[in-house]
Amino acid sequence: MKDLTRRTLMQGGTAAAAAGALTGPALLDWAKAWAQASPFKPEPGAELSMLRWKYFVQSEDDAFVKIMGAFTKATNVKVTIARESYEDVQPKASVAANTGAGQDMFWGLYSLPFLFPQKVLDVSDVADYLGKKYGGWVPSAQIYGKGTGGKTWLDIPVCYSGSLMNYRVSSMEKAGFKQFPKTTDEFLAYATACKKNGTPGGFALGHASGDANAWAHWCLWSHGGNLIDKNDKVVINSPETAKALEYCKKLYEQMIPGVVSWNDASNNKAFLAGEIHWTDNGISIYVAAKKDPTKQAIAADMNHAYYPIGPVGKPTEFHLLYPLLAMKYTKYPNACKALMAFMLEADQFNGWLIASQGYLTHTLNDYDKNPIWTADPKTTPFRDVAKRTLTAGGLGSVGEKAATAISDFIVVDMFASYCTGRTDVKGAMADAERQAKRIYRS
Amino acid sequence: MTQVALERPPARQTRDATTWDRLKVNRDWLGFWFMLPAAAILILFLAYPLGLGVWLSFTDARIGRSGIFVGLENYEWLWGDNVFWLSVFNTLLYTTVASTIKFAVGLYLALLLNENLPFKAILRAVVLIPFIVPTVLSAIAFWWIYDAQFSIVSWSLKHLGLIHENINFLGDVWNARWSVIFANIWRGIPFVAITLLAGLQTVSPSLYEAATIDGASAWQRFRYITYPLLTPIIAVVMTFSVLFTFTDFQLIWVLTRGGPVNATHLMATLSYQRAILSGYLGEGSAIATAMIPFLLAAILISWFGLQRRKWQQGESND
Repeated sequence: MKDLTRRTLMQGGTAAAAAGALTGPALLDWAKAWAQASPFKPEPGAELSMLRWKYFVQSEDDAFVKIMGAFTKATNVKVTIARESYEDVQPKASVAANTGAGQDMFWGLYSLPFLFPQKVLDVSDVADYLGKKYGGWVPSAQIYGKGTGGKTWLDIPVCYSGSLMNYRVSSMEKAGFKQFPKTTDEFLAYATACKKNGTPGGFALGHASGDANAWAHWCLWSHGGNLIDKNDKVVINSPETAKALEYCKKLYEQMIPGVVSWNDASNNKAFLAGEIHWTDNGISIYVAAKKDPTKQAIAADMNHAYYPIGPVGKPTEFHLLYPLLAMKYTKYPNACKALMAFMLEADQFNGWLIASQGYLTHTLNDYDKNPIWTADPKTTPFRDVAKRTLTAGGLGSVGEKAATAISDFIVVDMFASYCTGRTDVKGAMADAERQAKRIYRS
Repeated sequence: MTQVALERPPARQTRDATTWDRLKVNRDWLGFWFMLPAAAILILFLAYPLGLGVWLSFTDARIGRSGIFVGLENYEWLWGDNVFWLSVFNTLLYTTVASTIKFAVGLYLALLLNENLPFKAILRAVVLIPFIVPTVLSAIAFWWIYDAQFSIVSWSLKHLGLIHENINFLGDVWNARWSVIFANIWRGIPFVAITLLAGLQTVSPSLYEAATIDGASAWQRFRYITYPLLTPIIAVVMTFSVLFTFTDFQLIWVLTRGGPVNATHLMATLSYQRAILSGYLGEGSAIATAMIPFLLAAILISWFGLQRRKWQQGESND
């Protein structure tokens, strides 16, 4: 198998090289050897089914399918993959947990296993094995795996999908900035100048589970506001939250109209059509622009940047974790564990990271060295999202309450209702507080 | 002349009728067994889920674990929830406006289609299309038409020079409400129109002839002949229309997911969001159960308001 170095990437083209490296007899031999040596032996005659989120980057899914094929060849375990839009994985997993029948494994969002913690397989052995082998898990992944203060791992936090600022460099320079704003005040000035120049941007304020939650939590946390404190007491009604609301309203006035109706796909479409010049998104816009021959100008002109730092003085980003869990009702728990371990072994995961072109970010420290992060400088900011992110629930526990608060869009709706003028600052905070108190009552 | 001796059939053995013999031909007994499959389906797929839903609303069930009985707690909490009352308001607004317009336009369309037109059959089939197309498909089409950046309506109006920036169909609170109401009306008119048309065809032409001979105007013919004879059909079709509009889910979910800021959340969509997405089965069931009084009221109004005249029950008028 050719070495996956920066040079070979540049020579071979990214996805093609990755795909090539993943197939071929070398991988299958390796896979068979792995199956012999792995501490997780699937049950004889095992068959697995998995429900995963639908891919955003086609090459990532192709690589994933090949990994599943290699696993089957190595262990004789057939794996059936079903794909759902990522917002629909959680209801399906919830129903499967409630009824005790459905796919064996679910690959969903944020703190999915904590919605039904008693129904999920304990995978601490897999997590320890992977952590020891690959330089340890990042702190946020440990919280997502074990829950706050938990001892056992309920899921394997496979990867993050980073959401960072996407912006057009030419519009930024026209607005008078040499580099992307580093503080929230600078960012507001930047947005104002962009709007004046006719190159506005926008953040989704509708029920967009990925994009809206990402920036709404950033906006809240960067001003010192929090939904709950570390003891899970609701503290949303505070002067810091009020400051975040005021900031958001000023920012909203510089955005393109219509953001309150945006779902996750809307800002992609608008950015690629040149209607907006800054937004928050994963790397999918850049990947789509590079692939489309008519969008090469946009691909060349755009770049990614970290979210600006607010008055609290440190990064307060919120990235999307994709945890992989197995249900207790599965007939083949060891096969599930073997598959989880297989997916994150270097020979699979490195190629997969490359094939996803920066869309997925690792949670194990050793994968910092993967060449995808340095092959294209525009991809590099995504390398560190696992280290920069705060967890669902902010200061409070990662658990079913945090998951419920996110899927109820409490924070997003608070900002949306104030920005659209439906409520005033006190009203918006009071509504959010009431809903949060209902969720977090002990 | 031949004589064909008619053979007398051998004397049959008679016996007294047993209970089983009587039962075999008893109408009620047979009727029960014939009815059983249909009743089983109704009970399994309608009565049981309804009962389970009402039961769940009195528990604190979550997705992933069953709950304990908590009485009226879910309802008490909903009583003080702004978003719930907003969804009730939205549902009532949506249903009243959409049903009224659907009825008016549907009736007008039915009256038109009742006339002798060329290509009558094709016209009637074409009119039915919006209702037949799966709701999700037409909702997706409307979603594109209403898109904040890429709407065909905005584009056309901008090209005609009538407006300068895109219309924010689904991002502004009241715009979103009117937009979904319009989509619902577009989709629902054919149902009302075709059903009323069927009713119109049962009105005997001799009544119209008699009225015309007596000098009645078109409006008087409508007011005194068409409308009274149509009231049973109107009762049926409007009951169905109101019921379907009140419990509408697909259109709202695809277009706005209940947004912007819960301005288009109906009770059905809010119930789904709370029950399945957030996992609060008990609370979601309570929202869904809260729909029942409104629906019962709609049915009772249509029954008592429109179906009580004696001649509609087959007796003569007072």
